[in-house]
Formats: sequence, structure tokens, C-alpha cells
Amino acid sequence: MSTAIESEPTFVDKFPDEARVVRAAFMSSFFALFLGAIFGIIQTLHRTDVARIIPSTDYYTVLTAHGVFMVISFTIFFLVGLFTWALTRSLDRPLINIKITWTWYGLMAAGMTLTGISILAGFVDSIDMSADVLYTFYAPLQAHPLFYAGLAVFIVGTWIAGADWFRTFLAWRREHPDERIPLQTFMVLTTMTMWYIASSAVAASVLLFLLPWSLGFIDQVNPTLTRTLFWFFGHPVVYFWLMPAYMLWYTVLPKIAGGRLFSDPLARVVFVLFVLLSTPVGIHHQYLDPGIAEGFKFISMTNTMFLLLPSLLTAFTVVASVEYGARKNGGTGLLGWLTNLPWRKPAFTGMMLAGLMFAAGGFSGMVNAGMNINYLIHNTLWVPGHFHLTVGTAVALTMMAGTYWIWPQISNKPIYSSQIGLFQVVLWFIGMALMSNAMHAQGLLGVPRRTAEPEYSGFDYPTMFGGFEELNIQIAIGGTLLFVSTILFLGNLVLTMGNPKVSGLAEPLPSPVSGAEDAPKVLDNLRLWVSIALTLVVLAYALPIAAIINRGGLLGPGVGTYPVWVAPLFDALANAAATLLGAVGDASAALAEVVR
Amino acid sequence: MHIHAYEKLWLALSIVLILALVGTVTYGAVGPGVAMVADSQSTVDPGALDEDERFSEPRVEQVGENEYEAYVVAYQFGFEPTPIVVPANSTVTLHVTSRDVIHGFEVVGTNANTMVVPGEVSEITVETDEPTEYGLLCNEYCGAGHHVMEGKIHVVSQSEFENRGGDSE
Repeated sequence: MSTAIESEPTFVDKFPDEARVVRAAFMSSFFALFLGAIFGIIQTLHRTDVARIIPSTDYYTVLTAHGVFMVISFTIFFLVGLFTWALTRSLDRPLINIKITWTWYGLMAAGMTLTGISILAGFVDSIDMSADVLYTFYAPLQAHPLFYAGLAVFIVGTWIAGADWFRTFLAWRREHPDERIPLQTFMVLTTMTMWYIASSAVAASVLLFLLPWSLGFIDQVNPTLTRTLFWFFGHPVVYFWLMPAYMLWYTVLPKIAGGRLFSDPLARVVFVLFVLLSTPVGIHHQYLDPGIAEGFKFISMTNTMFLLLPSLLTAFTVVASVEYGARKNGGTGLLGWLTNLPWRKPAFTGMMLAGLMFAAGGFSGMVNAGMNINYLIHNTLWVPGHFHLTVGTAVALTMMAGTYWIWPQISNKPIYSSQIGLFQVVLWFIGMALMSNAMHAQGLLGVPRRTAEPEYSGFDYPTMFGGFEELNIQIAIGGTLLFVSTILFLGNLVLTMGNPKVSGLAEPLPSPVSGAEDAPKVLDNLRLWVSIALTLVVLAYALPIAAIINRGGLLGPGVGTYPVWVAPLFDALANAAATLLGAVGDASAALAEVVR
Repeated sequence: MHIHAYEKLWLALSIVLILALVGTVTYGAVGPGVAMVADSQSTVDPGALDEDERFSEPRVEQVGENEYEAYVVAYQFGFEPTPIVVPANSTVTLHVTSRDVIHGFEVVGTNANTMVVPGEVSEITVETDEPTEYGLLCNEYCGAGHHVMEGKIHVVSQSEFENRGGDSE
């Protein structure tokens, strides 16, 4: 590196206050990753019957914790950290008021702590509190009110974060009235636009129905309505997880590959497509729901298929940008340029492997999206197999790999060990290849997701692609490798924090080959995209929601309340007792037969 | 806005792929006739299934030549009737509802699969082949005893079905 670059300031040199927020957000994210990984390994070994250290009734507490900590805390705390960095960096100006910034961070942390307590209390029998409702919290299973209240506070925190970024952007706009929105800021603003639209539904579900119901203010809810409102949010949220990864692939990966982004305009088109198409697709999670007409499902499916477009475009642009870098550094041939890439850098290799797995996840996603083939895989282990490729690798591995690049920028501390980093990202890839492949295969055998004990007394699974037991072993080994990989990542980062601060770590991001000046001005017209997005949402959801309310009523067709923190425990015990008595009865009957 | 020629080709192929995927599903619906679980059945009061003529007595009944209707209730943590006995080589329309929370209804190793939502009735029509036994499981988390929730479907010969009086208990 030349001395000119060494004298370049890093992000933390220029924006120390913002860098502190980014570090705090990342630390919250990685703490959640740590907890999520512990519950992940317990769950993997329990399900596959390799080691059962908890009773099966506690499995659902573990599953709720794994889901919520991984896909709400880990991903979203990383997102707010990354977006704070990206917006500040690309606008080259500080946030308007750092106190507001710490306020939203505090709200998010407080909300998630409340929700986390309500979940973890499920392990302690003496505390009359539990939230074993899983990440999707389908009514009429009912969690402790603290669970819903915490989620609401967390979401309000993210809304204030978005407002903080929009206000900072508007302040920048007043200072730079004629400039194009910088690409990273464009990505932040479009993603947050999508988030406001999407999260409004889950906020309505929680605040109007689930929270008042859990507090006893209303007697019942309409389970199809709250479920539909969840999935209104539940599909776009996957793009909320994915957009930080896309931002890193578009703006950081080409730099690490030694090149530049291929096309700024295409990147903008991709993010606009996500604003438009992410939300009016949620009913594809409800293909097999009664009470929703087939036509609405078909509309949702068509939108879903078109949502493949921005990801297919991303695959092209990202690979083209990397190839551009490789060829600039002397790479030649049809595939020979692949050897001119920095495979020894964990940030590069991690992101490339994440992208490769995202392609596989995209293909299993196309299967999920097909309405009639969905019968075969709905709620089987195929589905977690799919999303461990997408959120579990495309997102999670990119976030870990991105951390190896970005942490020095926000702390002036070099990464403790690149070798451990490289080993860790490759280990993740191998572990996930084993686990996810076997999960897909078990799903095709009909093995259900979300169960403590997938073995049943009355039947065996058919045998294809290897039997149930063999696939279990692959899942257990894969899950163990993933756990080890996570611990190596966290350990490497903790040791990095112990490193002394140095100067000369700055890695400024280059401008794209085809820059913003090539992008039609209309792409920056956020008002236009918001109005089209809202129109599509109304078209996709107004009639289904009206029909659901019309069928079942706003508060449901007389559905009861099933709090998970009291009744089901008794039910489970009663059920176990009944099974036991039944077995004893059968045995004595058989004995009587023999004696006779 | 400049778009590279390869990128245009990629874009065109992507759109072809998307249209082909929508096309396969459309073909599945109009050709082989795969119908989705939908809103064909009226809602039901899950607290008063005893008073509903469909579900007061979970059962399988004959409604036409080789056509049967099954009425199944899912509950924490089981299915009624169990086993569900249906005749071979026939068309069976399953109606499934829940007495309490959301459940799943999955006939293992087949594509007979539906969500079961209290207040709603899931209707799916299946064709049975030769006599055999299928496992039935709940594939949506429904409470602490979710993993013990299972049932059976017995596909029996026409004559055996008739000998049972046409009903399963």
C-alpha cells in the first residue's frame, strides 16, 4: 500500500460518534448470533436424536429462541449498524443528532431484551411466563404479553432509525440540491421504504389484536387474519435481511475483488424492484390455508415469480463486477480469471461462497413458490433447508465475511487472524452444504419441520436419497460444523477487539464502471416508487383481507385462547399420561389374550 | 442508461424462466387439475363442532359411486377419526377442521397436505390407489405435545370397507 492511502482516514477517524453506534449495533447482533448458535446446536442434536439434553417440551422454547434471536436480533441489529455506516459514509456527513441515534438503538435493545426474557423464562418452571409460540407466533397460541410488547418496542426503534436516516438525507439534500443520491444511501432509503410498508402490518397485528388479547382486553382473535398480517410482513422481512448482504455484494465485494461495481443504474433498478414487489407476495406462505380464494393465491404467486428478477439481475452484476476486477488484475480466459481473485481474504471468499449458496437457495425457492408443488414440501424440513441457504448463509455468511472487512474501518483495529477467518467461512459453507442438503432431502420424505421428535410410533418414512437415519447424521454433523464456525468467528472478533489501534487501514470504495450519471433520474423519485408499491399492496391485499374479515369476523369465528405459559403444559402432561395409560391398557389386553 | 449486451440476454432469459414457472403451475391447474385448498367451505364455530352437521361425528361416508367424503377433526394432540379408513381406487374429499389451535394435516409420502385453521374447513380431494397404510402427522407447531400428534390412514379394499359398515370409527 502506498503512503497516500495510508494517510487516508478510516470511517472511525472521520465519524467517531457514528462508528461507536455501528460497533454497538454489531455487538448486539453478534451477541444474538452467539445465543442463536447455542440454541441451534441444542436443537440440531435433539431433533436428530444424537443428544437430548432437554425434555422435548422445552424444544419449542429453544426453537423460538433460535428463530427470534437469529432472524430478528442478529440480522436487524447488523442491518442498522451497516446502514448507519453506509449512509454516513456515502453522504460524507454525520447524522443530524446522535442522541436520536442512541435513542433508537436503546429502544431496539430494550425491546429485544423484553422479548428475550419472555422467551427464556420458558425454561424456568417457577416463572409463570413463556413465549413458546415460535418466530411466527400464530394465534390462538398465545405468548406472554411481554413477548408482543417487546417486539412492538423493537419495531418502533427501527422506525425511528429509518426516520433518523431520512432526516440526515434531507439535510444532505439541502446542502447538495443537484446531486444524485449516492448509491449506498439510495439502498438505505429504498430498503427502509419497504420496511415501513411491510412492518406496518405486523405492528397492526400486534398492537390491535395480539397484545390487547394477551392482556385480556379482548377475548379472541381471528387466526387467519393475524396469520395473514404476519405474512404481509413475513415475506418482505426476508428482503430486509437480504438487503444488507446485497449492499455488501454491490458496493464492497467488487472493491475487495480489485475492481469496481459494473453498473450503478442496474443496482438502483434492483432495489426499486424490491420496494415494488417484496410485499404483495406474502400469501405465497399461505398457499395451503383454508379461507383464502385460489385466485388471490395465484396473484401472489405471479408477483413472487417476478421477484426472482432482481435477484437474477444481481447474480449477473455481482459476477460481472468480480470478473472485471480479476481481468483488471491480469486475469484471462473463459474461467481462468477466477484464479486472479483474492481467495485468501475471508471477506472475499465468504461473500462468494454465500452468493453461490444463494443461487442454490434461489432454486429451492422457485420450488416453494410453485403453488401446486407446494403441497409436497409445505411445512416439511425442506423449508428450513431452503431458508438456511438464504438467510442462514447468503445473509449470515455475508454478514460475517463483511465484518472481516468493515470492522477495521470502524475501529482502526486489524482483524486478529485472517487464516482463522478463511477457515471459518469455508467451514460454514461445508457445514451448511451437509445440513441443508439433508434437510431438503428429508423434507421430500415428508419429515415435518418444527418438531422435537420427527420419529413417529405408527409409521416409517419412505426411503429415497438415503434413509431418514442417514440424513439425520448429515444434519447433526453439518449443524456441529456451523456451531464451531460461529464460535471461531466470534472468538476471532473478540481477539480483534484486543488488538491495538493502528493507522493506515482505510479502504475507500471506488466508483462504479457505469456511474450514477448513467441512471435515469426517475430512479431517484422515491415518491413515485412508494405510490406504485402501495398500489400493488392494495391490489394484492385489500380483497383477501376484506374476505377474511367477512368470513371470520374481525375477532374471529369463536376461536378460543391457548396461552402457552399455563395450559399446554398440563395438556402435554395429560396427553403423556393418556398415552401411557393407553399403552398399559394395550399391554394388559395383550397379556390377557396370551393368558387366555 | 447503458445495458451491456450480455446483460440484456440474461434479462431476457430470466423473464423466460419466470414465465415458464408461472406456465407450469397454470398447466398443473388446468391440465392435471391440481386445485388449491381455498374458501369453498363455510366457516364453523370451533367451540361448537358437536352442533355442526359436518363435524359432530368425524367419519368417512359414501356420496356417490367410488366417491367418498371424510370429515376429520384435528385437536391438541391428535386426529379424529383414527385411523381414517377409506376404500381403494376411489375419490375421497377430505374436510379437516380444528377444535383448538392451528394444526397441519400431512399424509406422509404423498402430496395430501393442508393447514388446519380453527374456524375454517380445509377441503382437499385425493385419489386412492391400492390398499395400504399411510402415516398422518401434524406439520404445524401446535403446543408442547406437538411431536406426539399423529394418525393413520388405512386404504382398504372396497369389500373390506363395506364389511366395516362404510364407516370408520
